[in-house]
Amino acid sequence: MNRKPDHFVLRVDPILCDGFGHCHELAPELVQVDEWGYPIIHEELTPTSEVALLKSARLAVRGCPRQALRIERTNGPA
Amino acid sequence: MTIVALPRVMSGASGRPLTLREHEVTFGIATLGAALAGELEASGLMGRGGAGFATSKKVDLLRHQRGHHKVVVVNAMEGEPVGHKDRTLLSSNPHLVLDGAQYAANLIGARRVEVCVSRKDSAIVNHVQRALHERERRGTGPEFILHTPPWRYVAGEESALVHWLNDNETMPQYRPQRPNVLHVGRSPALVVNAETCAHVGLINRFGALWFRELGTPSSPGSTLVSVTGAVHRPTVLEVALGTPLRSILRAAGADPEPLALLTGGYGGAWLSGEHLDAAYCNEALGPLGAGVGAGILVVVPKGACGLAETHRVVKWMANESSRQCGPCAFGLPALAEDLRTLLHDARDPHGVLVRLKERCAVIEGRGACRHPDGVVRLVESALRVFAGHIDEHVHGFPCAALTTTRRWVTVPALEHESDLVWE
Repeated sequence: MNRKPDHFVLRVDPILCDGFGHCHELAPELVQVDEWGYPIIHEELTPTSEVALLKSARLAVRGCPRQALRIERTNGPA
Repeated sequence: MTIVALPRVMSGASGRPLTLREHEVTFGIATLGAALAGELEASGLMGRGGAGFATSKKVDLLRHQRGHHKVVVVNAMEGEPVGHKDRTLLSSNPHLVLDGAQYAANLIGARRVEVCVSRKDSAIVNHVQRALHERERRGTGPEFILHTPPWRYVAGEESALVHWLNDNETMPQYRPQRPNVLHVGRSPALVVNAETCAHVGLINRFGALWFRELGTPSSPGSTLVSVTGAVHRPTVLEVALGTPLRSILRAAGADPEPLALLTGGYGGAWLSGEHLDAAYCNEALGPLGAGVGAGILVVVPKGACGLAETHRVVKWMANESSRQCGPCAFGLPALAEDLRTLLHDARDPHGVLVRLKERCAVIEGRGACRHPDGVVRLVESALRVFAGHIDEHVHGFPCAALTTTRRWVTVPALEHESDLVWE
């Protein structure tokens, strides 16, 4: 029985990423940057119901000049 | 004919590669055929390349892939500069490795086997080439192709190897889902370490029960260990998994009371010399923070400076990064620089130590491959194992080991010191 995915994860492809840092500016609540300017993303499942987070994740994905970010939709842990 | 005790994969080793006929006399001819899949699972064989992933799971993943054009990739790159096991194996029993690859190919339905040996080891390339010619004259089995990628640390990583086969680039690839199936061209590829292939070759002859006669229930079988450092002479031994470290060191003619052991390779971990009674297998070494890894033990004697050894390794590893991912390209040089500062000119040693720990936590898990994670594991284990000695450095005590030029962990010379990327 497939449920509709109700969680999402923001992921970065570390090879594509060049450390522009736009994602940190667009989604500071999801993305921190390290001392070299590369994003630290805690890849934890976030419920899609948190609309504000999903919205800023979308902003980050669209704002990435290298198109290195992606939102993966999955089912929740249980 | 059954091989009763050790050596197993090194049977018949005589300092030169066995010919196909000698190989068949030593090991007999395989019998199992289609039953191999079940036997592999029952044998519990773990990959010997470093990650220790169950071979039967890997094979099953590939068996359930669609398509007729699958390939088996034999990984004999041996990126670890202190590891010699795959080279030793290929220079005495090349046909056993090729046998294993052939059986694996039959099992998953592959028609092609790509054998990858680093072009640095021209002698090994010759041995393999000769063995392949012998098989070609027989005219049976899948098609074997020999590849000689350039040698570098990350080139032996499986996605980097497949990248080489596809695009002639030895760069790891980003694979968010694990385990996933790599593809050579459009063909699903089974990437197996050379030593693992040899074990598959033996399991196909003698079965899982025979395989489990040696080793522990969760890490069965025998394994090859390269022992270097403070030893009489560097050796590759075949030991049963679960052998106490002390007897491995004795067999290798090593310093019986070392300061510490580097286990697993450059991306491995330090193990304090107090733990010599531990068994050589992942379930015993894991709780101590170490592991079997790629079958490497480097013996560092008392009086050496663990921090200095770690620094040299980390510096080299930082330079070997393929510099695709920021955390690895910038983070590893930063770790090396922190270690150098701790060693030589610490103005604020406490601050440097804190920063080093923070950086380790920040870097881990953020590369496309496991290269940065390995270095972080090494640094963290050094901070743990050599804590007392590092404390002396922090408080400015002189370190006797720094006044000598004797070093124990072999690190290849950087071609030009000025080639260090971050300087």
